Amino acid sequence: MTKAVHSDKFFKIVFATWWCIWAAMHFYVLIDVGFMHLPALMDSMVTNILLAGFCLLVSNNLRYYLPGKERYIYLLVISIGLSWFCILLQRLFLWMLLQHNTDYLLFVKNTTSIRFAESFLLIGCMAAISILWYAQQEQQLVKAQKTEAENLERDAELFNLRHQLQPHFLFNSLNSISALTIIEPDKARHMIQQLSDFLRGTLKKDEKQWNTLQEELEHVQLYLEIEKVRFGHRLTTTVNIAENELQFKIPSLLLQPIVENAIKFGLYDTTDEVCITIAAIIQNNQLVVTVANPFDAATAQPLQGTGFGLSSIKRRLFLMFGRHDLLVINTASNQFYTKIIIPQIL
Amino acid sequence: MKVIIIDDEPLARSIIENYCKSSTQLQVVQQCGDGFEGIKAIQTHQPDLIFLDIQMPKINGFEMLELVENPPLVIFTTAFEEYAIKAFEAQAIDYLLKPFSKERFEKAIQKVLLQDKINSIKNTEAVIASASNNPIQQNRVVVKDGSKIKIIPVNQIQYVEAADDYVKIVTEAGSFLKKKTMGYFEQTMQQYNFVRIHRSYIINSQLITRIDVHEKDNHIVLLSNGIQLPVSKSGYAKLKDVLGI
Repeated sequence: MTKAVHSDKFFKIVFATWWCIWAAMHFYVLIDVGFMHLPALMDSMVTNILLAGFCLLVSNNLRYYLPGKERYIYLLVISIGLSWFCILLQRLFLWMLLQHNTDYLLFVKNTTSIRFAESFLLIGCMAAISILWYAQQEQQLVKAQKTEAENLERDAELFNLRHQLQPHFLFNSLNSISALTIIEPDKARHMIQQLSDFLRGTLKKDEKQWNTLQEELEHVQLYLEIEKVRFGHRLTTTVNIAENELQFKIPSLLLQPIVENAIKFGLYDTTDEVCITIAAIIQNNQLVVTVANPFDAATAQPLQGTGFGLSSIKRRLFLMFGRHDLLVINTASNQFYTKIIIPQIL
Repeated sequence: MKVIIIDDEPLARSIIENYCKSSTQLQVVQQCGDGFEGIKAIQTHQPDLIFLDIQMPKINGFEMLELVENPPLVIFTTAFEEYAIKAFEAQAIDYLLKPFSKERFEKAIQKVLLQDKINSIKNTEAVIASASNNPIQQNRVVVKDGSKIKIIPVNQIQYVEAADDYVKIVTEAGSFLKKKTMGYFEQTMQQYNFVRIHRSYIINSQLITRIDVHEKDNHIVLLSNGIQLPVSKSGYAKLKDVLGI
């Protein structure tokens, strides 16, 4: 909500001073013309209090409804209408206050047109000032929101970039390569090749793009091969996917973080050998991919923890399909299953 | 100088072993793939120096060190820059960021040879203490149960009791001693709804079933397992704060 014009302290002072001066001028003009003090004072007070009230009313209304450019005519109509209403009230109050002073009441009646002009001018001016003020406030608000949205977007992009590069995976792989250059240079060269292919694949992929499961699996295989070099005999993998399933589509870079998560979870939660299983089936024309890793139920941290990178996958699936039920995790006899369901969009 | 290498990646161990070979002063007596093996190996060989990875299966490098009495000199080797690296820089003997060069390795060894042992043990302890502030480790406590090592998730702890130089950690499965201070547990377990209700007790506030008045100014809490513990005056204030009453 924008700040009201009349909530500004400076505005309050100016507004009050302005009406005092205006009321005083009104009073002295009437004295000059030759009226008595009392009716002049009454007239000045009633007219100007009413006018000030109407001005505030217009300003406050515009706070909630700001007409578009093509509707400025609406303002004109409102100003005219309010001016008339103001005049009517003025007449009513003065008639009540100065019932016996028929001369003065006649004078009030005869000066209706000039009174109307005055009201219209002041109410119109107030409306114009308010519109300028609120339009400016709204613009500032929109600008702030836009900047915030842009910042959020940039943060998300940076986070993504950093995640894609996976610095720990990279540094540990480089460390393994460094070791291999001494003991098995051929293998080192091979691993550099694999690492390069994997990184190139990651950079080339666009998260909005859909690929066949086969293509995604090839990318994951590269990753698994590198991890197997790092962890030696401790890590083995099994892939149970039929030919038919391989042709189904999956958003790119969705499977890889799940496998990565399973490996980390498996390797750091047990000291035994770790076998990661990737399986896929078709259910109701949806591709269902399950990744399984061993874990130790007794010491595993609560699954809701941010330690496992599944929350971002859940979020991605939600943004893509608007559903919360596409990532399912469950456990059975020291196996941890991560299941993703991919509706096939034709 | 006897050396043990503890790292879960075989190639990471092999490169350290390889670098050690070119120094006449270093003799690798054993290589270990996880912290459990590491503890045993340290007890068996009493090495002068260990190379220690941080992220390892089950218990990480810091947790392993906590369980070693009179730890040897330690050089951490890790790809993780965020593990309180700043603290290491000031206090640890050295840390090597993977992958590291042979020159960098030799510099670390130089530091070890120059360092007098008493000083560096103090340093190692300081490193452990600073690393314990790392949030990944505080949601569990690693204890020794006879010759076995147990990992207790914080939510399984019922209460912690002071016991001379040790603290007694009480769980449903039994109680365990650990050489830490009450202050340490009070500070690190606060975020998991633990409250120090008494000079000698820190309780899991989620297990409270009743609080009774006991004499003037004193209270007693009843835990869901039936255990009653005394609450001091200042402890009661903290408890009220945590429970929002």
